[in-house]
Amino acid sequence: MASQEILREEPSRGSFVNDPRIRSLFFQTLVVVLLFGSIWWIVQNVIDNLHRLHIASGFGFLKGRAGFDISDTPIAYTSDSTYGRAIIVGLINTIIVAAAGIITATIIGFVIGIGRLSQNWLIQKICTVYVEIFRNIPPLLVIFFWYSGVLAVLPPPRDSYHLPFGSFLNQRGFYFPRPVWGDGSWLILVALVVGIAMSWFVARKARQRQMATGQQFPVFWTSAALIVGLPLLAYVLSGFPLSFDLPKQSTFNLTGGFQVKPEFLSLYLALSCYTAAFIAEIVRAGIRGVSKGQTEAAAALGLRSGSILRLVVVPQAMRIVIPPLTSQYLNLTKNSSLAIAIGYPDLTATAGTVLNQTGQAVEGVLIMMIAYLILSLVTSAVMNVVNARMALVER
Amino acid sequence: MQEHDMSWVRTEMALAQPAPASVSGPIAWVRRNLIGSAGDTILTILGIVIVAWILPQVINWAFINAQWTGPDRTVCATVAQGGIQPDGWSGACWAFVNAKFGQFMFGTYPVEERWRPILVAILFVALLVPMLMPRVPRKGLNAILLFLVLPIVSFFLLVGGIFGLPHVETSRWGGLLITLSLSFVGIAVSLPLGTVLALGRRSKMPIVKMLCVIFIEAVRGIPLITVLFFVSVMLPLFLPAGVTFDKYLRALIGVSLFAAAYMAEVVRGGLQAIPKGQYEGADSLGLGYWQKMGLIVLPQALKLVIPGIVNTFIGMFKDTSLVLIISMFDLLGIVKQNFSDANWATAQTAKSGLVFAAFVFWLFCFGMSRYSMYTERRLDTGYKR
Repeated sequence: MASQEILREEPSRGSFVNDPRIRSLFFQTLVVVLLFGSIWWIVQNVIDNLHRLHIASGFGFLKGRAGFDISDTPIAYTSDSTYGRAIIVGLINTIIVAAAGIITATIIGFVIGIGRLSQNWLIQKICTVYVEIFRNIPPLLVIFFWYSGVLAVLPPPRDSYHLPFGSFLNQRGFYFPRPVWGDGSWLILVALVVGIAMSWFVARKARQRQMATGQQFPVFWTSAALIVGLPLLAYVLSGFPLSFDLPKQSTFNLTGGFQVKPEFLSLYLALSCYTAAFIAEIVRAGIRGVSKGQTEAAAALGLRSGSILRLVVVPQAMRIVIPPLTSQYLNLTKNSSLAIAIGYPDLTATAGTVLNQTGQAVEGVLIMMIAYLILSLVTSAVMNVVNARMALVER
Repeated sequence: MQEHDMSWVRTEMALAQPAPASVSGPIAWVRRNLIGSAGDTILTILGIVIVAWILPQVINWAFINAQWTGPDRTVCATVAQGGIQPDGWSGACWAFVNAKFGQFMFGTYPVEERWRPILVAILFVALLVPMLMPRVPRKGLNAILLFLVLPIVSFFLLVGGIFGLPHVETSRWGGLLITLSLSFVGIAVSLPLGTVLALGRRSKMPIVKMLCVIFIEAVRGIPLITVLFFVSVMLPLFLPAGVTFDKYLRALIGVSLFAAAYMAEVVRGGLQAIPKGQYEGADSLGLGYWQKMGLIVLPQALKLVIPGIVNTFIGMFKDTSLVLIISMFDLLGIVKQNFSDANWATAQTAKSGLVFAAFVFWLFCFGMSRYSMYTERRLDTGYKR
């Protein structure tokens, strides 16, 4: 006791230069001084430069008339709209291509990843070749390949390729029938929502019943019948309100239908193919990460191979898969900014145009950074919720 | 009743029989790996269809129908397009790559000065190869030459302006020269910078820690293009009037900072994986902070995360292609720029040029990833079960 007190009260031996607390205080003060010094210096320079270039700072420029056209406008936009609206159009385009890419990349990635673990030698090799090719070339190159190498050399509209379901493929993109919603088609939508809600309810009830009594219920088929059947029923009952606007071939161009432009198509295909290679590796690592004893124990319990996969292997593999999968989704979202290289008007492209026209460099880059940060944070938040549901429940 | 002795002992060994055909030999292999079950057979047929559909097309395009040499676009265009090929011809236009090869490698670097980048490349290879071979001794000296002396020598060789070498503007650099030099400097800068950032993030000093976290998370949250925008548009604003930066240097700063943030996270993973006992052991030996990190923790941590580090390198190598956005012409940029050359514009030009660029990128990235796998195996000192 006494000796401890003596030790505690004894002043630190040696010079105060060696005291970790004083050192830490000194270094942090130094860092703060340096940081604020350089920030002050930078701010001064920026103010001087902006003053010299006669650029007013602030976000007032967002209300100005944009004066440039955007090729893909998911919301109403003309060149008379404001700069702010132009940036929002870009943001929506980014979200569209990122969401479409994420869904497709996940599907391709899972298929290829499982294929790499297949017993089948040929399938395994094909999947390996796919992964090794796409992992090792830059995404921008893949985009150019689709854009200049494949889509740009398709035939002109006159000689379009005819595809099933009345769709066409040519230099100007992919055309497919556009659904025209007639009177009463809201019933179909309502039926779809009701179907989804009911199947969720059925699944819940079925699980509760299985937990309580051990009796199983064919949830999958019931849900499928509800989700597909109810809208179909509504479609028939409301007197077939849905029709299709088919693309028609005229002399020089296709009219009608829905056109997917080659810029979007090549960006979407390239991002999906590229990211799928990485997702495949993640999925493979995840499945291999589930120990063989789990599969064998499940087999010993008498589960069928499908049930083993669904109930034992996949839930455990997902725990390994989800965190890196999230970062791949984030990468895909960030890589969608490569759109600027082929002229798809995403956030970077429109904000870049605004930045060039107004000279508001600081605000423009700030808007871009904040928008991407928010997108990243939202994606991570969603994936964290999924991850929390999947996470191992330990005592 | 006579008792029979039923026991019988064989006096010679039975001859080994060949394994049944169902478990060995090529037929069994096919049976096991290709047509094991009905589902497997369907998959195999599907696979064969895919291969039979793609492979002949690729071989035809890249080798059989390809045009290897030629003066201009006529060799790669069909008659209808004003060339010499029959209608419906489709093949790679390697003649285009052949004709533009110098540009793809060096950009518009003056032809009579191209021995300088070639010399740099030779020096680089001469220093890199012994560095990569574990058996060659004097790694320390080699590393100093490769990471300190070579960049300085290369800088003076490539830029010139002294020793009677004519000055070459960096705006005239291009092609693989930019791709390789950007990624080499990026690698050489991002690893130490990323390590420092990772140490900062795990530091006990709250302000240092906060700054590192803000930097890492902000950079990782935005695309490289935005970072490049930032350095190319904002950096001039940050500096006093009249001070300008070379565009190449700006790209270099952008790429290095970007890669450093990712590297920091990789290294942090390694630092976290080192057991606390190692830190405490170092403390109890009386080592200072830098001694503890440099001698005990980092050697183990970096070894653990070699795959991650190489992945970041590969990512950065691929990302250098984005400098195209701020109108610098790396390998991909210069290939793309040459599509618009009227002398070579055909339907096949773009595809051929891109396939060539893809092949070059692929070679480097694949090489890096294989080397990292090799190193990982070599350094695996028995931590894994």
